[in-house]
Amino acid sequence: MSSAPAISQPQASQPDPDAQPIEVALVGAPNCGKTALFNAMTGATAKVGNYSGVTVERKVGIATTPAGRKFSVIDLPGTHSLRARSPDEEVTRDVLLGQRPGERVPDMILAVGDATNLRGALRLVSELKKVGLPIVMILNMIDIARHRGLQIDHEALSDELGIPVIPATAVRKGGLDELWQTVDPMLDAGLAEPQPSSWAVPNTHDMRVAMREAERLVNAHVIRPPEPDTVSAKIDRVVLNPFAGPVILLAILFVMFQAVFSWAAPFMDAIDAGFTWLGGIVTAVLPEGLVQSFLADGIITGIGSVIIFLPQILFTFLFILLLEDFGYMARAAFLMDRIMGRAGLNGRAFIPLLSSFACAIPGIMAARVIDNKHDRLTTILVAPLMTCSARIPVYTLIIAAFIPNRTVLGGLSLQGLVMFGLYAAGVFSVLAVAFVARYIFAREERHAPLMLDLPDYKMPILRNIALGLYQRAKIFLRRAGTVIFWATVVIWVLSTFPLPPEGATEPAINYSFAAMIGKFIAPVLAPLGFNWQIAVALVPGMAAREVMVAGLATVYAVGGESGLVHLLADQWSLATALAVLAWFIFAPQCISTLAVIRREAGSAKWMWVAVGYMFALAYIAAFLTYRIAVAFGAG
Amino acid sequence: MKASAEKIETCKCAYPLGQCRRGFKGTLVSVCPLAGKDGYDADELELRLLELGFIEGASVHVLHEGPFGRDPIAVRVNDTTVALRRSEAMAILAE
Repeated sequence: MSSAPAISQPQASQPDPDAQPIEVALVGAPNCGKTALFNAMTGATAKVGNYSGVTVERKVGIATTPAGRKFSVIDLPGTHSLRARSPDEEVTRDVLLGQRPGERVPDMILAVGDATNLRGALRLVSELKKVGLPIVMILNMIDIARHRGLQIDHEALSDELGIPVIPATAVRKGGLDELWQTVDPMLDAGLAEPQPSSWAVPNTHDMRVAMREAERLVNAHVIRPPEPDTVSAKIDRVVLNPFAGPVILLAILFVMFQAVFSWAAPFMDAIDAGFTWLGGIVTAVLPEGLVQSFLADGIITGIGSVIIFLPQILFTFLFILLLEDFGYMARAAFLMDRIMGRAGLNGRAFIPLLSSFACAIPGIMAARVIDNKHDRLTTILVAPLMTCSARIPVYTLIIAAFIPNRTVLGGLSLQGLVMFGLYAAGVFSVLAVAFVARYIFAREERHAPLMLDLPDYKMPILRNIALGLYQRAKIFLRRAGTVIFWATVVIWVLSTFPLPPEGATEPAINYSFAAMIGKFIAPVLAPLGFNWQIAVALVPGMAAREVMVAGLATVYAVGGESGLVHLLADQWSLATALAVLAWFIFAPQCISTLAVIRREAGSAKWMWVAVGYMFALAYIAAFLTYRIAVAFGAG
Repeated sequence: MKASAEKIETCKCAYPLGQCRRGFKGTLVSVCPLAGKDGYDADELELRLLELGFIEGASVHVLHEGPFGRDPIAVRVNDTTVALRRSEAMAILAE
C-alpha cells in the first residue's frame, strides 16, 4: 500500500486544497446502477448501460460534497466477485489489491449494491471487507426497491456488517444526501489506516458459506412484498417468446436501420448544404490558386464528406444506448446465443457485433465483456467485417451511380435491396470467418458457457442517454479533426503536387504524386477491374473508409456528391463498381480499427492476422465479382 | 418447498436442470459439475453457478427457452433471472 502514502494522514476539519484528493472506488456487480451513481456523483460523461459489463473503461471523476470537499471517484469495472474472470474484472481486483502498476490504491471503497437484489452484493461485500480498505456500502436504486414494497433495515445490516450501509438513489435529486452526510464526517475524521489484505481466492466451500451468510442477512433484514415484481416477467413473456422474440428482435433491427438511413437524411442534407455553402464562400472570397484549392477542395470538401455521417452514427448509438439501458441487450444475447454458438461465437458477442454496425472500434472494445479468451479474440477479429457506418458513403455513392432507382418484386427499392445485400454479406462473412476461426485455433477448446443475468427492465434515463451520445459525438469529431483531417491534407498534397507543367493538356492531377502511386499499385489491382484513380483513392482510404469518397472526388476533380455520381457512372463499368463494393465488404480500410485490434488483442500479431485475412478476402471477393460480372457482359 | 409439478409427477429423484422444460419449478438439490464436461473445469463452473445464486435450497423456475433448439434457458433463481445454456445447466440437480 506504499503507493498511496498521502491518504491515511488524518484530515484537518478544513479541507486542504493542495492535498492530493482522496480517491474513492466504486465497486459493484454489473447492472447495479454503479455507473449512474458515478454520473450523479461526478457529473462526468460516463456511459451508463444495463448490459452486464458495459463499464469497461477506466473512468475517474471529481465529486464535490455539499460541504465543499472534493475527492476523486474511480468507477471500477463491474464484477460479481474479486475472483476475476475477464480482463475488466481483473482490473477491479488488481486495483483494489494494489497489484496494478501505475494505478493508485483507492483510499476507500464504496460497495454499490442493487437494493432490489441484495444477495449478490452482500456476498461481494464479504470479499471486499477482506481487502483491508475502509468501506461503505450503498443500497443503490432504493427508490425502485421501496416502490416494489421491499423494506430494508439498513441500520441492522450496518450493525451486522460492521460498516456504514446507506440507501441512495442515483437518478433523483437529493438521492445522495444520506451518502454525503455519512461520507463527509468520515473524511473529516480521517480515514482508517488500510489493513493488509487477507483476501484469498475463494474455493467452492468458501463460496457456499458466503452465499449462505448473504442469504441469512437478507432473510433477517429485508422484508419482501408478498408479490414480487411482475412487470419484467410480463415483458419477458413476450420478448423471450420463442416465436414473438425473434420477430421483435428483427423489428427492432429494422426500425434501427430505417432510422439510420431515413431519419438521418435531413440532418445529413443540412450538413452537406452547410459545407457546400462554406466552400462557396471560400471560393468567392479567396483568389484562385493553391490556398483556395487547399481550403475549398482539400479541407472543407474532405472534412465535410466525413462529418456528414455524424447523424447516422448518433442514431445508431441512440438505439444501442436505449436498448442497453432498458435491459434489452441481455435478452438479445439470450435469443441469439444458439445461432451465434453455431458459428463458434458467444451470445455475448452479439452486443459488440451490433455496436460494430456503427463503428468497429466501440464494438471491439465492447468485446471485453466476453470472458473466454478465444471467443473474445474471434469477436475482435471478425467485428471489422460488420458493415460499419464508414462504409455507408462508399456504398451509397456507388449504388447511386450504378444501381437503377426502380422498384422490383412489387414495391421494393432495388437500391435498398442492394444495400441490404451488402449488410447481409457482412453478417454472413462474420459468421463464416468465426466458424473457420473456431476450427483453426480453437479446435481443442471446449466451448465457453453463456451465463448472464437478465436484469429487470428499467426506464432509460434521458440524461444518461444524452451523455452517452455526447461522448460518441465527441469521439467521432475528434477523429474527424485529427486522423481524417491529416489524411485529407495528405491526399490534397499528393494530388496537387507536383504542379502540372506549363501548357499541360490533361487534368492537373494526372501529373501528381497520387497518380504516380496509383499507377504504381494499379497493376496489382488491375485484375479486379480497378483503374489507377481507384488505386489512388484507396491509399488515403486506409485512414478511414469514408475518405475514399473524398479521395475519388479529388482524384476526379469534381465537387459535390451528385457530380461524382454522374462521373463514376460515366467512367466505370458496372463490373468495376460491383468489384469495388465487394472489396469494401472485406478490406481492412481503417487504421484506427487496426490500432484498436492491436491494443485489445494484446499483440501486433493478431492485428496482422486481421490485415492479412481481410485483404485476402477482399482481393478474392473483388476478383470473383469482377470476373463473374464481366462474364455476364457487365464489363 | 413444494417440489411441483409439470415434469415430475411421480419421480422424487432429482432432475438435471438442463433437461427441464419450460415451466419446471423446483428446489435445487445440488450443484455438481462433472469434470470433462463442456466449458470450464468443474470447480470453475461450480463457482460461477454459485455466484449467480444456484445454491442448494434455492427455488428454481425455468421461465423461458431459447427460440432455436430450446437452448439456452432463462431460469428464475430465488429473485433473479439468469440465462445459461443447457449443457451447463446439466450440472444443476433440482427436484
